[in-house]
Amino acid sequence: MISILDVIGPSMIGPSSSHTLGAMKISKFVYNLFGSVPESATFYLHGSFKETYIGHGTGLAMIAGLCGIDTDNPLVATADEIAKSSGLSYEFKAIDLGDVHPNTVKIVAQKNGTIHEIIGSSIGAGRIKIISIDSILCQVTGDLPTLVIENEDIPGALESIVRIISLNNVNIAQMNLNRISKGSKIAYMVIELDYELDDSVIKTLKMLKIIKSIIYVKALN
Amino acid sequence: MNVKSFNDLVDISEKTGESLHKIVLDWEMLDTGYSNDRLIENASKLLKVMEEEYESKKGKTFKTLVGLTGMNAKKMYDYLPDAFVGEHIFKAATIAVTISESNASMGRIVACPTAGASGVMPGVLLTLEEAGIEREKLVLSLIVAGAIGKIIAMRASLSGAEAGCQAEIGSATAMAAGAAVYATGGNARQVSHAAALSLKSLMGLVCDPVGGFVEVPCVKRNAAGASLAFLFSDIAKSGVESAIPFDEVVDAMMAVGRSLPESLRETGKGGIAATPTAKRIVRNFSEKFKISDDHS
Repeated sequence: MISILDVIGPSMIGPSSSHTLGAMKISKFVYNLFGSVPESATFYLHGSFKETYIGHGTGLAMIAGLCGIDTDNPLVATADEIAKSSGLSYEFKAIDLGDVHPNTVKIVAQKNGTIHEIIGSSIGAGRIKIISIDSILCQVTGDLPTLVIENEDIPGALESIVRIISLNNVNIAQMNLNRISKGSKIAYMVIELDYELDDSVIKTLKMLKIIKSIIYVKALN
Repeated sequence: MNVKSFNDLVDISEKTGESLHKIVLDWEMLDTGYSNDRLIENASKLLKVMEEEYESKKGKTFKTLVGLTGMNAKKMYDYLPDAFVGEHIFKAATIAVTISESNASMGRIVACPTAGASGVMPGVLLTLEEAGIEREKLVLSLIVAGAIGKIIAMRASLSGAEAGCQAEIGSATAMAAGAAVYATGGNARQVSHAAALSLKSLMGLVCDPVGGFVEVPCVKRNAAGASLAFLFSDIAKSGVESAIPFDEVVDAMMAVGRSLPESLRETGKGGIAATPTAKRIVRNFSEKFKISDDHS
């Protein structure tokens, strides 16, 4: 159910909730994924974003998000300068991502040799949907802490992961399982949580033999 | 409490003798789990953003993203003492244009209910504040305005892309008119009439931004919204009633929105955006900024 606070707010940087605020939240998701400002990034703009990247400040908003700036901080307007002082180099390119929401961007970012690729859509009123994290398809809002786990596709794998999360009193809000191929015995799960996980929980998860890789993204607000 | 219309809220308020904002707070608590205090505290923060932004931006010029606006707020601010329409209305219009031009220059705004219509509500609330209405009363009026907007969101839309500018400036004006009635001591029924009269007068307003940018005609429409809100607040408080109830006006607004062609729903292809001057502006602009295609 929509809240009155969503109607009379939020406080944000203009001029557009879809093309400025939503765009910024997608790239802030990438910042949260790295946990710091990446060294370089390419923004592949699809659909309307190609038209709005100057006029609605979509480009600046995306740079600001990747620098970890808050969504209602007036510094968004000078994000290009902040990127320079944070050591972030970036470029914008046009792309056709096919049958996705008109406001969609693919962000490929790199830090210390680690590369992540995120595709996200701004779906209106400042809400976003992350639809791909490192080629794993998902439907993540960014409003909740998100875990992306690559694990061995064997009996009991899911149970052992869920047990560690629940032992720490964190409730699972949404969960999505995907198997790449039955032969490779690799599966992915995307989990949205009600509360943030402590670093120690992530460490414990990483110690599980069945886990190949793990990405943890803090909630956007 | 199964609220489906604004009239439900007014009815409950009249039957129980409880004030309208209290009914709205309880409705919100049942819907979202937010306590009364939490909602009031957050609404107060949003009002604070409006206050701070106007205080730091008043009388200034703006370098907007596309440069189609940015010089208007200062002109109006300087003209204020000479305004024939009266101090309150002209001040509300000036504040609305100031916040809208700030929005177009990547300033901080409150999307109340949208970024494109973000000048209307501060125009009305801050004028009331300067006229001596207590801040606590303004916060409660903002919450009542939120209930008007929430009903529009539930029954229709607040998006120009879906239903045209009537859903953005029209909704903001209905919300602000209701807030003005409530802040100045009007009753719940008068709040509803002021909202209905406002939305009726903006029925059919199309969303036709030049080049798709939130500048022309958006900025000056915020001035229209803020002044109309004060006008219909007084008209409703004088005892004039809307012949058609607010909820039915909202439904009609959505039906009109659905029948608008896509060219008049935020695509920048119809209305003002399709004039020869608008096309010339856009042509100059797109030659200046072009991004390369991905060849990798």
